[in-house]
Amino acid sequence: MAEPMRIRATMAGDVADVKVLMNHPMETGLRKDAKTGQLVPAHFIQEVTATINGATVLAAEIGGGVSKNPYLGFKVKGPKAGDKVVVNWTDNKGDKNSAEATIG
Amino acid sequence: MNALRRNVLKGAAGAGAVAVAVAAGLLKPTQAMAAWNKSAFEAKNVGDAMKGLGASSPADSKDIIIKAPDIAENGAVVPVEVTSGIAGTTSIAIIAEKNGTPLIGNYNLSGGTQGFISTRIKMGQTSLVRAVVNAGGKSYTSAKEVKVTIGGCGG
Repeated sequence: MAEPMRIRATMAGDVADVKVLMNHPMETGLRKDAKTGQLVPAHFIQEVTATINGATVLAAEIGGGVSKNPYLGFKVKGPKAGDKVVVNWTDNKGDKNSAEATIG
Repeated sequence: MNALRRNVLKGAAGAGAVAVAVAAGLLKPTQAMAAWNKSAFEAKNVGDAMKGLGASSPADSKDIIIKAPDIAENGAVVPVEVTSGIAGTTSIAIIAEKNGTPLIGNYNLSGGTQGFISTRIKMGQTSLVRAVVNAGGKSYTSAKEVKVTIGGCGG
């Protein structure tokens, strides 16, 4: 499940505007498959953490209520252009993905 | 005799404490994963979800601004932005009140992250979108109604 994750981080004054787009089906486990009528098993991201230069800035717990291919935007005061943003997620099946970007 | 017994007990307790500390340090990543707030996320109503978050009676606040469409045509993708003007905001939770499982996500902010979260959520039907903000050990809340024309929770 190592599909690419996209991060864009830009400085606006002294605030870094970080936007993350993850690739994930985000199945709640409550949806039925249109063809088979069976419930589609739950498969969603549970944990998202973001660090800037190694320090945690965001630790999110999310559920199946977040849309498919989750988008997450947040703002961090303090970092400088060139600092490294790393985003990790873990889903309910234990799949993980990680991506990094440089604040520009 | 008795003194020796004391020492042995002390030694055992000390070693135990070290082991626990080491385990806590080493297990941090997995611990974080195991800490996924199952009871809050699987809660079927807003009250239980808030209880799971540890915010059973948050105070209404005008300093929380929820930016979401008045009418969402597609409930599968509803853009929601929460801005908290409360100083010392440590977490923001988003709840869609009439969803089967109302809690959408709980975002813990640290190290200079501002009281702002932008995401896209699913909504089963028209309902209030509620934000619960934790700041300085207290919880605050605010809500905005979003009308949904086509639900986005299952088919």
